[in-house]
Amino acid sequence: MDNQGTFNYKVVRQFAVMTVVWGVVGMLVGVIIAAELLWPDLLQGIPWLSYGRLRPLHTNAVIFAFGGCALFATSYYCAQRTCQVRLFCGPLAALTFWGWQIVIVLAAITLPLGITSGKEYAELEWPIDLLIAVVWVSYAVVFFGTLAKRKVEHIYVANWFFGGFILTVALLHIVNSAAMPASPWKSYLAYAGCRTRWSSGGTATMRSAFFLTAGFLGMMYYFVPKQAERPIYSYRLSVVHFWALIFTYMWAGPHHLHFTALPDWTQSIGMVFSLILLAPSWGGMINGIMTLSGAWHKLREDPILKFMIVSLSFYGMSTFEGPMMSIKTVNALSHYTDWTVGHVHSGALGWVAFITFGCIYYLIPACSGGRRCTAYG
Amino acid sequence: MSDFTSGFWSLYVGVLTIVSILACGALLLSMSKQTVKKDAQGKTITTGHVWDENLSELNNPLPRWWMWLFYITLFFGAGYLVLYPGAGKYAGMAGWSSKGQYDEERAKVQAEIAPLYAKFAGQDPQALVGDPQAQAIGERLFQTSCGQCHGSDAGGSKGFPSLRDGDWLYGGEPETIKASITDGRRGVMPPLGAALSEQEIWNAAHYVLSLSQQLHNAERADKGKATFQTICAACHGPDGKGNTAVGAPNLTDGIWLYGGSEKTIIETITKGRTNAMPAHKELLEPEKIHLLTAYVYGLSRRGTAAPTATPAPAKTP
Repeated sequence: MDNQGTFNYKVVRQFAVMTVVWGVVGMLVGVIIAAELLWPDLLQGIPWLSYGRLRPLHTNAVIFAFGGCALFATSYYCAQRTCQVRLFCGPLAALTFWGWQIVIVLAAITLPLGITSGKEYAELEWPIDLLIAVVWVSYAVVFFGTLAKRKVEHIYVANWFFGGFILTVALLHIVNSAAMPASPWKSYLAYAGCRTRWSSGGTATMRSAFFLTAGFLGMMYYFVPKQAERPIYSYRLSVVHFWALIFTYMWAGPHHLHFTALPDWTQSIGMVFSLILLAPSWGGMINGIMTLSGAWHKLREDPILKFMIVSLSFYGMSTFEGPMMSIKTVNALSHYTDWTVGHVHSGALGWVAFITFGCIYYLIPACSGGRRCTAYG
Repeated sequence: MSDFTSGFWSLYVGVLTIVSILACGALLLSMSKQTVKKDAQGKTITTGHVWDENLSELNNPLPRWWMWLFYITLFFGAGYLVLYPGAGKYAGMAGWSSKGQYDEERAKVQAEIAPLYAKFAGQDPQALVGDPQAQAIGERLFQTSCGQCHGSDAGGSKGFPSLRDGDWLYGGEPETIKASITDGRRGVMPPLGAALSEQEIWNAAHYVLSLSQQLHNAERADKGKATFQTICAACHGPDGKGNTAVGAPNLTDGIWLYGGSEKTIIETITKGRTNAMPAHKELLEPEKIHLLTAYVYGLSRRGTAAPTATPAPAKTP
């Protein structure tokens, strides 16, 4: 077991622990708002706890607090292990941890107070947006700095995905949040009218594509082969599906806005590229599941691999369902129904949360000197 | 089509879309080799790179079914963009547009329901109150177009009048109801904060309170009466019973659009009120407005003047 001297495990451990904390908080808020749907008077009309204010808190908490901490923890761990160097610029890494926690706490305070930009998945107001930008740029510096000083020749495939995720989220966050501050807690979008639609499609893309897919595929590419102790099934497949994902996901956002004021051509492109995404998405699933080939017996007893195989199955199902729902004819039926809510939970809970659970079971013992969790001890 | 601010963006989107599809195809083609490196024993070997002690990669060929699935989606995507709008401002060979589809579907529905509406169009709204089918259609129309503001039970809320209490801002006859729906209404109470002193407003408010027999300070109400008669009576009438010609509410019946507390009345006088009922002539056909009129007319008259759809409950001894 490598000690703190070789690798910076402290920041990994901190993020891993907070992943658990925010996971519990975010999902609890989800249970509360689900209950509010059934019993609207549950919380006696207390404005801070009303559905409209807690719903963005739930989505932000599970995606950016729970998912975000998990991505920080795993990417920092994976980058150090696969580059065989200590994390670049330790103080900056510490800043990303504390900065990200402050962002989460501010979100948890401002959203229930009704302080919001009103833009789905980018609700936080501009001072918090600025802090996110600072944290994210620091994250990029730490991550790519670590890759730059690596001691191994090739960059491991998991790091491609983490890198792609960090870069595109930086781009989308900054462009999408461009706003004119009006007061410390109020701003107006830099885009007006129809373009607002564009950017909300952009937010949706950022959320589902890069935050919830690319980064978590990075996790899958490190922890599945590591835990299964098997080589990755196909390097070729990872090349094709990585570039195809990066290339086409940027276009797929408009499928969230079918049958709206969005121009016809934008909707068509959104649908076409969502359909094209089916194969690249499944490429990741195939590579993950087939990596277990030769280690199938471990699925019977290994709790970490059990989480991961469930996660990959959900990934396959929701990335089939996504392209299907992007077809306009299907979307005419599914849009504005609970089907969409079900779909996003198959992705965010089935895929994202389950792969995270598996990784956390691996990570916490690994970076706190504990015994690794396998059926074989 | 004004989707693009200049020809450049159309070209940009079109070229980028086509290049993206071609690039995916080229990427797939370049990786589609089936050769697999094997060692002397015929066992598949890895790419030779090792990370973190034991992470390595095999280089198995792309699963054929997966590769063909990818090609099929690419061909489908390209074909779709030939037929439908997508590649810049190219409108597609199928001639489809979302507006065209909408107009077509709407025309189809109109043709189906036109005979039904025609049956009711010639009938008097008062007579339709007793027609269960007309009332059922009216209720559906109400829930779709009116319930958002007036409430699904037509009970209204602050700033949105109740439609079932028999109190009408602009009159409750079928003709005025129909006019309200068709052309909308614009209610304005001018702000008097600049014209009157704080004391005068306070006194006038107590006079208004007295009109509806609410708890009030008689001395203040007495002083306020003069202000009321000079200013407020112009719209609300000398007796405070309102004026349906300008939509001035009756202040004596205890029914309040914004609230009847001392605080709210002072706020209303000081800051004034502006309210709008949107015009529906562009949104609903005259036949639908006719049925809505009959439904709204019936809301406050159930069980009284007009014959009702449901029989009155039997009296218990």
